[in-house]
Parts: sequence; structure tokens; C-alpha cells
Amino acid sequence: MSKVRLASVWFSGCSGCHMSFLDLDERLLELASKVDLVYSPIVDIKEYPDDVDVLLVEGAIGNTEQRHLLEEMRQKTKLVVAFGDCAVTGNIPSLRNPIPREELLRAVYGDGDIPGLEEGDVPKMLPQAMPIHTVVKVDRFIPGCPPPADRIWTFLQALLAGRRPELAGADLRFG
Amino acid sequence: MINLRIDDTPVQAEPGQTILVAARGVGIRIPTLCQVDALSPVGACRLCLVEIRNWNGRLVPACATPAQEGLDVVANSDKLTTLRRTILELLFSERNHICAFCVSSGHCELQDLATELGMDHVTFPYRFPSLPVDATHPKFGLDHNRCVLCGRCVRACSEVEGAYTWGFSGRGVATLVEADLGDPWGASKTCTACGKCVQACPVGALFEKGKATAEQVKRPEILAEVTERRPRV
Repeated sequence: MSKVRLASVWFSGCSGCHMSFLDLDERLLELASKVDLVYSPIVDIKEYPDDVDVLLVEGAIGNTEQRHLLEEMRQKTKLVVAFGDCAVTGNIPSLRNPIPREELLRAVYGDGDIPGLEEGDVPKMLPQAMPIHTVVKVDRFIPGCPPPADRIWTFLQALLAGRRPELAGADLRFG
Repeated sequence: MINLRIDDTPVQAEPGQTILVAARGVGIRIPTLCQVDALSPVGACRLCLVEIRNWNGRLVPACATPAQEGLDVVANSDKLTTLRRTILELLFSERNHICAFCVSSGHCELQDLATELGMDHVTFPYRFPSLPVDATHPKFGLDHNRCVLCGRCVRACSEVEGAYTWGFSGRGVATLVEADLGDPWGASKTCTACGKCVQACPVGALFEKGKATAEQVKRPEILAEVTERRPRV
């Protein structure tokens, strides 16, 4: 049986979901025998490949580059998973959402040349940090800030066993 | 005694008892949010909606509908779970409910209901409103971002403490709970600082100052403990 082609990406989030993924500890060995990690912040591959089976998306969508990448990834991926509260709800990055974008950036960077106000070396900041399902179709949601390693494992085990992963009960907990 | 059926179970109720109380008496769980024992029912949150088969499937709030002879009540079904989850999604999308840094995370009735009703994401667009936090009171704080407008604070203050400090201002999604006639809470002349409103609040909207993320545990049951000790008039 060919290995599952797994990918993960880190958008507007703190990397805590990826840290929690690494908290799978010795279960990572079992995972490594069943999946190929074809794209991730923790591997050194720069281009998102074709024919990805599963993508774990950490973080909200906060700028135009993230939105563009997510749309491209969706096209190349069978199962897109919102991985953690920032991807599912907007969470901490969405704290800025009630504040107008320019007012927020000026409060942080002052009056000079403001990175992210327009397209430039830094991608343009979107008016609000959004949950990923507002940008692309999302197939599965893993809430949690971060999702505990056991919850991630419950999800991955179902996936690797060829079942459609469905989280339920205490595994559907925000925060 | 009144005889009715809830989820096909024969149930007896005292005259005046609500469908919710009758259901609890036989161990049938109906989700609630604005309801708390000792306070009058208002049917504000609609999470306890049940279906009455012999009223043409009409939906009524179990907390505010008296048990009546011959009622055939559906308290739990896939349809009701979907309706209740939709109500929950509307509550989450209306204000800025961010569990990850909330004082009440882990002890929050709204967060628990999301888990119970299987809400894995919110399908409605979030409103992300700009709302203030009132930190003028020496002991307590009020964060409108987390308020669900259940009115438990308003009722605890009037019905149990008798201070009538809390009320509502505005209408619809612009409704806010406010102290006295819109004064900062710390400037309220009627507030006795008893804290019953904080204990009654099901979420992190009312909190004790000094509590950090996930540290705020509430005790809404103290309201019934207080009123049960009072002499009946």
C-alpha cells in the first residue's frame, strides 16, 4: 500500500499546533512508517507538491499571500483540515478584527512607511484575520488551542486506518 | 398530577411545573443557557426548544412552558440538535468569543454546550463587533465581548439581591447589559458588590478581577442555596 501524502502549513498562528503535533512523541515513529510528509514548516521543501492526500492548516488567513497559498493548496489536496482554533475560528489573530486595518498598523508602526498596508516586500494585510473555511472548502475541523496530541492522534489514526475521521464528544472542545 | 410524555417516556408533573423540570425529574437532559434555578424563566436563549407533537410540531422553550395534560414532547432528536447547534453558532458569531484566552475557559457553559452539541465550526460569518470592557468596579469586570445576553445577571441582581443595578440598553444585537442608567459599574450607587451577578453569569462576561485565563470558576447554584434558606411569605 502506498503511503499517505501528508502536508502541513503554518499561517497566522503561534506554531503551537505544530508543537502539539510534535508532542505525538514516539507515535511519530509509527506515523513516519505510514505517511510521507511532503510539505511542512518542519521539513525543507519549498514548493507545495501536487497530489497531496491530507493537509493540516494551522492559523487564520491574515494576508494576501496566505490566501493565495491556501487557494493553491486546496486545488492540489484531497482533504483539507482546519488544524486548531486559529484556523477554525480566527481565534487570537482575530482579536484585531474589530479595529480598522490602517488604524491598527499606524498604532504599531507609527507614521512612516508601513509594511503590509499595501502590497510590497511584505504581503498586504487583509482587513480581518479569517477562519480558513471562509476562503476555501474545508473537509474536517480539529478545534483546540492547541489541539492536544491525543486528539491529533485520534484523528490521524482514523485517517490511516482508511476511515473518515470524525471527532466527537470531548474532542470537539475549543480553547 | 399532570400526565404527559417526554421522548416517549410517561412523565408526571405537579401543576405549574415546567416541561424542563418534569424532564429533569426523569433524567432527560435538555440543554439550557439562560435558565438557572431560583431565577424566573425568560426563554431568552432558545437552546431548550422542544417539539410538541400534538401541537402540530410547534417548538416551545421547555424552561418557560408549563407541563400540560396529554402533551407529547420531543426533547431530543436530530432535528432539535441541529436547531440548537444553529442557535449556538449564532451566539458564537454575534460577539468575540475567544475561548483560548478567556478567564472562564474550561468552566464555561457556552464552551461546554459547543462540545455537547457537536459544534466543530461556525458556519455563519462572524460579526467581530467592537465592544468595550468595563473595569471600573474595584472587585469585578464586565467584558461585553463575551456576553450572550442571557440576562442571568439582571435577574440575579433584581430577584435575589434586590438591588436592581443591572438592566438592558439598546435592542437586538446592539443590546448591552448596563449598570444603573448606563453609568460605569464602578460609579453605580445601587450595586452592593455582592457578586451574585458574577456567579450567575454562564460565560466569562462577568468576572472577578485578578483571575487569569481559565481561572474563573462560577457557582450559579448559590442563587438557589440563598433563596431556599429564605422564609416563605
